Amino acid sequence: MMAATNLLDKLWDIHEIHRRQDGASLLWVDRHLVHEGSHHAFAKLADKGLVVAEPNLTFGVADHYAPTRGTPQSPAIARMIRTLEENTSKHGIECFGLDDPRQGIVHVIGPEQGLTLPGLLINCGDSHTSTHGAFGALAFGIGATEVAHVLSTQTIWQRKPKAMRLSVTGKFGLGVGAKDLALHWISKLGADGARGHAIEYVGEAVRALSMEGRMTLCNLSIEGGARFGLIAPDNKTFEYLKGRTYAPTDSHWEQALEYWATLSTDPDAQFEREVAIDASDVTPIVTWGTSPDEALPVSGRVPDPDELGAYESKGLQATLDYMGLTPGRPLDQIEVDQVFIGSCTNARIEDLREAAAVLSGRKARVPGMVAPGSMMIKAQAEAEGLDRVFIEAGLDWVNAGCSMCVAMNGDMVAPGKRCASTTNRNFQGRQGPGARTHLMSPAMVAAAAVTGRLTDVRPLLMGRNAA
Amino acid sequence: MIGWSNHTGKAVAFDRENVDTDQLIPARFMSTPRADGYGKFLLHDVRFDSDGSPYGDIALNNHLDASILVSGKNFGSGSSREAAVYALIDFGIRVVVAPSFGDIFASNAVNNSLLPARVSATDAAFLLSVSSDGAEGISVDLDHMTISTKDRVMNFDLDPVWRKKLLNGWDDIDLTLNHQDEVAAYREQLLDNQKWRFPVATG
Repeated sequence: MMAATNLLDKLWDIHEIHRRQDGASLLWVDRHLVHEGSHHAFAKLADKGLVVAEPNLTFGVADHYAPTRGTPQSPAIARMIRTLEENTSKHGIECFGLDDPRQGIVHVIGPEQGLTLPGLLINCGDSHTSTHGAFGALAFGIGATEVAHVLSTQTIWQRKPKAMRLSVTGKFGLGVGAKDLALHWISKLGADGARGHAIEYVGEAVRALSMEGRMTLCNLSIEGGARFGLIAPDNKTFEYLKGRTYAPTDSHWEQALEYWATLSTDPDAQFEREVAIDASDVTPIVTWGTSPDEALPVSGRVPDPDELGAYESKGLQATLDYMGLTPGRPLDQIEVDQVFIGSCTNARIEDLREAAAVLSGRKARVPGMVAPGSMMIKAQAEAEGLDRVFIEAGLDWVNAGCSMCVAMNGDMVAPGKRCASTTNRNFQGRQGPGARTHLMSPAMVAAAAVTGRLTDVRPLLMGRNAA
Repeated sequence: MIGWSNHTGKAVAFDRENVDTDQLIPARFMSTPRADGYGKFLLHDVRFDSDGSPYGDIALNNHLDASILVSGKNFGSGSSREAAVYALIDFGIRVVVAPSFGDIFASNAVNNSLLPARVSATDAAFLLSVSSDGAEGISVDLDHMTISTKDRVMNFDLDPVWRKKLLNGWDDIDLTLNHQDEVAAYREQLLDNQKWRFPVATG
């Protein structure tokens, strides 16, 4: 009898071309996604006089520097986008540029176009590549040297991570979902809690998530230190993919389905680490600090340095100074200056519906911006009338891109300003120098917009059909 | 890359945990060509005020000749930007010592000959304290996996694959070319048996 294997084992085995004695595996890469930031890697290729091994397995998209209104905000930003278009065109790589209706954030358009499939190995020079693991793909972020390696060989050297299983039993309450779950486990285990591991998310609550919710969950794996997040594919996955532009068709689809059905962890398979969470313990959660694990239920209070040891208190005081917060303050009394709904974490159609369900018929007390994850999502949202909800609430409805999550395109939070944001990182300066970021779900950001402060969204959902 | 086995230099402390890559190099500098040098961007918003004047209480600003950086746990967490490593290298840093590192950062570091040396929390605390205002003559030995100060020798951890890469100065692309036939055979087999893995646009 074959030994019981977990999902990670199965995905690793099928991609392993060679294993060195020292344990490093040479893996085949099925899809390689590049963006403006890949310019260092293309420069390395040019230096070495190398060509792209598999241009047909490589796709480019403009997202990190993409303008959300009009034209690029500076010549340097315009140059980044132009360089991507030149590099992809030179090497015969299909690129979804600014004028392409398929343009959007790389981790949104991969699944949307059917480029992301179960059982594939997907690389991209971006740490949130873990997103694609929601389809049962082995997907992980890589640096520029590795991008150059994948471009020139269509393979990557990697040591197999340890396997961790995160089981989520029970059901989420109203107004609670994937983003709350992710911030919840990261706050319990720490920003490096899953370092060195691939996390497989299992359990009733994970199964109940839509593909969008699963992508949010896998996306945030890296904020808990895990380079890989995984969810075994099921009928929901297959339904999502069927008929997508690059998804297999006819006999290839049938062949794929047959293989995809094998992509799950065997009942007796082992994991190096097991963590269990009850979904009913998860409540609407917000970050208060400058690391994603610095998160608490919105009913909580800002932590107090006096209650900690000397070393921790020093770090905490610096964090509170940066965030402009006083110890013991109820989180739901913290006023915000603006809101942002967007990013590869939370800018998919379901995220926009969730925010619109709260904002419908209400006005935002603070300014804010809604940047859909792709131009196709933008069109879909407009067809559903969601754009009207945001605009009538007083928020800006803009084009697709990474925008204010990473502030590379010039969309920034001003120094000292406080932003309720659906993004993935509350790091110092992430949304602009001196910016103060509070991470939370799209519904919670919508609630913050309505009240002008961090707010438990649940009362605002009473009598409404939450998306 | 050029291999190396020993380094002796000045260590300086940056006593914080979770030093993420957005701090190591703020995103707005990343459109700069590498040839311009990334050293001035290292920890930019931590080292300089909004007018560009250096903060005097950041030890790194007073030890621009440091080549070993000592820091807290989860150093290099966050994004995959290799520019964070370029900023360290171009500043002159050869070794970062910390109790733990972000996985992608550590991998990027090794690909640029920068050693991410993992030490125990106790040893990290000791090194942070001796290098709080710079410490000359700290030695790092990759053969024996040790870090030595004038009164102490301690061990560090490093994945053996990475140790070998740093020692030999290996470039992965060159290594992979030795496996060209295996890669070609793998690809062939995919085309024969799993054609669905190759994308074709429809509609």
